[in-house]
Amino acid sequence: MNERAMTQVELSRRAFIQTSIAAGGGMLLGFHVPSVHAARVESQPWKTPTNGVEINAWLTIDKDGLVTIRVPHTEMGQGALTSVSMMIAEELNVDWSKIQAVFADPNRHVTRGKEYKVMTTHGSQLVRLQHPHIMQAGASARERLKAAAAQAWSVDRSAVEAKLGTLKAGKRSGTYAQFATAASRITLDQEPAIKTPDQWWLLGQSKQRLDIPTKVDGSAAFAIDTRLPGMVYAAVKCCPVPWGKLKSFNFAAVRQRPGVIAAIEMKAVPGKTAHSDMQNGVAVVADSWYRAKTALDLMPIEWDFGSNVAVSTESQWAEAKVLLTQSGEVGHKTGENTLDLIAGSDKVVTAEYRRPWETHARMEPINATVSVSDTRVDVWSPTQDQSLALMLAADQAGRDPKDVFVNTVFLGGGFGGGGGGNTAVTRQAAEISRQLKRPVKVIWSREEDIAHDKQRPPQVTRFSAALGANGLPTAWFTRSVWFTQDGMPRIGAAFADYAIGNMPYKVPNRLHERHNGKTHIPTATHRAPGANQHGFMTESFVDEVAQAGGWNPLDWRIEMTKGLDDWQLVLKTLKEKAGFRTDLPKGEGMGIGVVESHGTIAAACATVSVSRRGELTVEKVVIVVDSGHVINPLGATEQCEGCVAWELSHAWIGGLDLKDGRFTNTNFDTYNLLRIDQMPQVDVHFALSGGAKWGGLGEPAGPPVPPAVANAIYYATGKRVRSTPFRMHDLSWSS
Amino acid sequence: MNISLTINGSPYTVDVEPETPLLWVLRDNVGLTGTKFGCGISQCGACTVHLDGQAVRSCAIPVAGAVGRRITTIEGLVENGKRHPVQAAWIEMGVPQCGYCQSGQIMAAAALLSKRRNPTDQEIDAAMSGILCRCGTYLRIKQGIRRAATLMQAE
Repeated sequence: MNERAMTQVELSRRAFIQTSIAAGGGMLLGFHVPSVHAARVESQPWKTPTNGVEINAWLTIDKDGLVTIRVPHTEMGQGALTSVSMMIAEELNVDWSKIQAVFADPNRHVTRGKEYKVMTTHGSQLVRLQHPHIMQAGASARERLKAAAAQAWSVDRSAVEAKLGTLKAGKRSGTYAQFATAASRITLDQEPAIKTPDQWWLLGQSKQRLDIPTKVDGSAAFAIDTRLPGMVYAAVKCCPVPWGKLKSFNFAAVRQRPGVIAAIEMKAVPGKTAHSDMQNGVAVVADSWYRAKTALDLMPIEWDFGSNVAVSTESQWAEAKVLLTQSGEVGHKTGENTLDLIAGSDKVVTAEYRRPWETHARMEPINATVSVSDTRVDVWSPTQDQSLALMLAADQAGRDPKDVFVNTVFLGGGFGGGGGGNTAVTRQAAEISRQLKRPVKVIWSREEDIAHDKQRPPQVTRFSAALGANGLPTAWFTRSVWFTQDGMPRIGAAFADYAIGNMPYKVPNRLHERHNGKTHIPTATHRAPGANQHGFMTESFVDEVAQAGGWNPLDWRIEMTKGLDDWQLVLKTLKEKAGFRTDLPKGEGMGIGVVESHGTIAAACATVSVSRRGELTVEKVVIVVDSGHVINPLGATEQCEGCVAWELSHAWIGGLDLKDGRFTNTNFDTYNLLRIDQMPQVDVHFALSGGAKWGGLGEPAGPPVPPAVANAIYYATGKRVRSTPFRMHDLSWSS
Repeated sequence: MNISLTINGSPYTVDVEPETPLLWVLRDNVGLTGTKFGCGISQCGACTVHLDGQAVRSCAIPVAGAVGRRITTIEGLVENGKRHPVQAAWIEMGVPQCGYCQSGQIMAAAALLSKRRNPTDQEIDAAMSGILCRCGTYLRIKQGIRRAATLMQAE
């Protein structure tokens, strides 16, 4: 910031961070935020209140009985603060109005032996996989409070009742706050079991997310909003063709521009993977981001693009075409003679489906603020993995991880991107701050964000199915090619078979093969990875097979999942709720899709209309999900609505195009995202099978949407759409 | 050069190039970070503020063009400690998910409702289609606008 401007602005305006470096090098931060609301999540929830008694790492209780819950997961709108708090409040038996949520301290997690067990937030795992240890933390605290009261009252712990913040045994009673200190010193002989769903009093009820009030007045602190004294701003440009090299740059040409401070080269480290490295590039540092960005744009830079400059969408599909003729790695096999049966059948359905590159395009562009001082490193980064951000900053700054402090911020969207591009920007900010010895905020322009985010890989699949006398398939063969970068094999192994290798339909002979095509484009997870590509392909092809066999597509799916109770529950619920039919007048159509991912089965029924000129309108999408249990129906519904928008956006109007080794799409004028006038009505229904099943809800409702829409387009127009985005297809029709 | 601005009713003087987009003056010079950067080319609307009551994309307004005009940001929407009906409706309907675009959504909705007390679906689409939400909160945005219209009529 310009010194003069700084003195003339009103420093006490709200949302301006008042900061000072404490004697020990520690950083004190404080917002001047007028208390216009009584939010139970503050605008800077990484700040841990210190006025309560810590019962365990997960919660404190203050003298007024306010329970502060420390949430180790990130909040990207999916409701982590709320769902973790609900699970702990359920076990602790404390009134929901007595809860406040803050983010747990990643430094503590890393230095105290993973005290929170897991500090990443991805894969729709929070409730489905983490609920046992989160609820355990609440149950343990409750039992220790009871034990403390039992000791004081000389009664057995089992005689003490803990309810809504009050402990009671016979005529004696006291508050949790009264016994918090004693409870904090108690160790239980045996940890209590967590409650079963029939014992829940809070879980299963709709609760509005705790972070909403701070998100309507501009006070919620995102990483990009971080402001520190002495902070400088950096704009970066990496080689437009990923992994190309920086040949030269002429800083002298821009160094006299107002506010410009430095230009710093950034170098990829050979041997590091795309998952943890940064690209070759250069940063211009200035006293405001706009000045840095303007100077960067004006600075002459020469690149060595390398051989990848020859790669294009066409060259990738050509490579895929060759691979599709070759046997691949076996991803699924049932029966021995799938290929022979298909070769010998007189009724075979074949089709080829594909989907292009997509990018996260989180609304908050990739950014990070890092302060490397003599004694410590502080990081603000919209990461979905604070412990990884901590280790990356420590590595780049050359510091011991125990001296690195990651401040968990609100994320301006996650979608898998918080584990992707943010690794690079955290390194960039740490490197610049290390060199300049002052805090720096690195912001990627939207163009840089689209060019250098880690992307959702493109994919092509060839399907063949042989039909038996009853019109149902007797053999089913699929061969897929998808492009992931070396260094991301775990993504390949984990997601390559989603919604294709593991499809539920009981075909007696099945073979799925896959190829991993090579690409220089860094790849990463992207909300419902694997399932989002295959869901469209498999569930569209299913409709082709059903139609060829003379089956109604919904009846086909019900028939082919006989004996799978949860699939039957979902499909029959869809049949009841959606009113699916195939006999609408031309220009109107309904279509369905059903995909399992993250432990949840999700079905969609889309209603579309297509004008004679081919203009598509998606009128309505009905979603039915079986996640086993739902702890917050309101939050779950919101996630399903968001998933519909997410996948509809890519399938209808999205898609990145590669040319000369880079994407031709640069910003929101060339990478289209769904807008309000394109959003369909969404009805969400839960068909819960319960029991031991715990599925996620942050992603699964997306994958069945594109096939539901594509199938609906077929019924409306007679046109079968086998690739996305749909906007590339001529959907016009005449009667 | 020194440029004088009126933001949320208060005077400010900043020393920036006159072509600097208002967005960056608000965020980096004045410290009002509720207004967000999303694209820099008027395509996403995250930077929406009011200029003399009209919703504009602050990433595309040179600061010199805001001199002598009333600039209102999300931080200025609360008046005398009372939330704007759009903000109240947004809480009631639980609109935000990640929240990053919501300053822009709320400013656009408030400008719409100041002109149209009971907007039609088409008017809502027209006023709001310039503001992207990657979380897909569009249905709740529409509900929020209708709720805010009701709250404003009751005032």
